[in-house]
Amino acid sequence: MSYSDDRILLNSQREGQVSRFRAWVMVLVPLAAILFQVYVPMFFPFLKFLEMPLLVVIYFALMRRNQISGLAIGALVGLAQDSLSQKTPLGMYGIVKTLVGYFAASVGVRLDVDHALLRLVLAFFFYMFHQFCCWVMARALLGQQQLVFEWEKTLAVAALNAVVAVALFRFLDRLRETA
Amino acid sequence: MESLLNRYRNITVLLLVIFAQLVLLAIQVKNNADVPLIRVWTVTAVSPVARLVEGLRGGGSGFLHNYILLHDTSAENRRLQAELDRIKLDNIFLKNELNRADRAKALEVFQQGTASKMVAATIFMVGAVSNSKVVYVDRGTLSGVQRGMGVVTPDGIVGKVIAAYPTASEVLLVTDADFAAGVISQKNLVHGTLKGQGTPMCRMDYVAFEEKIESGEMLFTSGDDRIFPRGFPVGVVKAVGPAQPFKEILVEPSGLQRGLEDVLIVVQGAHQAIPDMPPVSQPVYIAPAPPSSPGTAAGQAVEATPGPTGTEADKLRAIYKAAAEAQHHTFGEGGPGIKLPDFTKLPVPGATPNTTGAAPPTPSPKPPSPKPPSPNTPGNPPATPPAVTPDAAGRRANQPAGTPPGGPPH
Repeated sequence: MSYSDDRILLNSQREGQVSRFRAWVMVLVPLAAILFQVYVPMFFPFLKFLEMPLLVVIYFALMRRNQISGLAIGALVGLAQDSLSQKTPLGMYGIVKTLVGYFAASVGVRLDVDHALLRLVLAFFFYMFHQFCCWVMARALLGQQQLVFEWEKTLAVAALNAVVAVALFRFLDRLRETA
Repeated sequence: MESLLNRYRNITVLLLVIFAQLVLLAIQVKNNADVPLIRVWTVTAVSPVARLVEGLRGGGSGFLHNYILLHDTSAENRRLQAELDRIKLDNIFLKNELNRADRAKALEVFQQGTASKMVAATIFMVGAVSNSKVVYVDRGTLSGVQRGMGVVTPDGIVGKVIAAYPTASEVLLVTDADFAAGVISQKNLVHGTLKGQGTPMCRMDYVAFEEKIESGEMLFTSGDDRIFPRGFPVGVVKAVGPAQPFKEILVEPSGLQRGLEDVLIVVQGAHQAIPDMPPVSQPVYIAPAPPSSPGTAAGQAVEATPGPTGTEADKLRAIYKAAAEAQHHTFGEGGPGIKLPDFTKLPVPGATPNTTGAAPPTPSPKPPSPKPPSPNTPGNPPATPPAVTPDAAGRRANQPAGTPPGGPPH
């Protein structure tokens, strides 16, 4: 593994390389993730647990190491996801993914996001954060007071998404161009 | 400022993006009352500020007007005071009009309840002499008023007309020393003459010492004076003093108790019976009689059986009838010369006929003794039955049920 270095924290921001992606990658990958989220569960219901748009947002935010870029990607992907959903109003996932993108970029500035274990933990954490924010907003803004946060199920799904995220991030690493 | 924005650029952009999406969300989402959240949030955010601004504006304006700009307060105070005085006068006027309407209604009800023909009049002037009890009313000869007519109210007599002019009449009040009217007591029907004394109280003259009249008894006009028809209320006996040859009786006239303003002049009197109960101002509704009992045919005259509620005359009649039936005599049958029943063997009330050893009563033509009669019980029968004269029977018809002959014991 090229990122076998045991050091996780970066000594300075200069140590972290800013990953650059081609424009088509920045467009097609999120779009593919959204399409995956929309179409794949129709044919493979067992894949419904995957939150591909979220994983893509986490990846780009971590690798870009720019908070504004992270929140922009999160907002765009979230709004696109909202627009394809009949149940959630526009802005619901947009707000949550904006926060995820912002905080993921903030974390990417400080940590060595090429570390596999760190990616696993970050994906797990941000999935939990994403679900918790969705639950809070649904109760606070949509008035769905009967909604219950299922901790066990969420933890299990977060773990699965984290495992998938590690593999996905490794695949996406091939699409980046190092400066 | 620029450096500040550069320093917090990321968080500022984050907040702006979040805020924009919150607005987007609020436009779509509605609360339970079907109101968009954007409206709820906007009103919730704006209303406290608006309330604060309005409070400051109102407080400032009020402070300015209430404590600073007081240059016209005195003039406004005078204007409001004048307006208040005018409203008070209007209020008094309207109250008087209302009272007048009530009195007119009472007079109308009273006029409908009596057979006498009367003319309503209003007192508009009092006599010029200070101690005279004379008033002037606004009805005169043009309205049919003549000298000598009585003046009454629903509460009692007021006076009499002593001079009639075309548009006014002079009325001598019942309290004047020159006033006199024939009266009769309600309970014992004692006749007398009511005279004024120049004071609020009147006196009843010419009542013999042995006549029975009680304090609290109601007096009515007797009709003897040809001024007031019989049956109008006069007043209440307040005090009865023993004197010779006539009693000293003080009477409180009832016609003047509520003040005088509107009166009725009796232009054509009609005598009426002395009521059993004291007169009341308001007419009382009396429900129709209950239907006859099943054993009694409708419309059939029921033979009156003297019960405990009959008068003394009814009881005497029943006693004599029972005595005749015991001797197989039927009233109204047979001709002259038939054997008459022996009324010397009258049955004692409460005992079977011919079983008592009491002395037979003998009818006496003498009037009832003024002395209180002894209790009429089966164990103590009266030595002589009370004689019933037509006059006495007529009087007792007005007495309450169960009253012993000669009036209640004193």
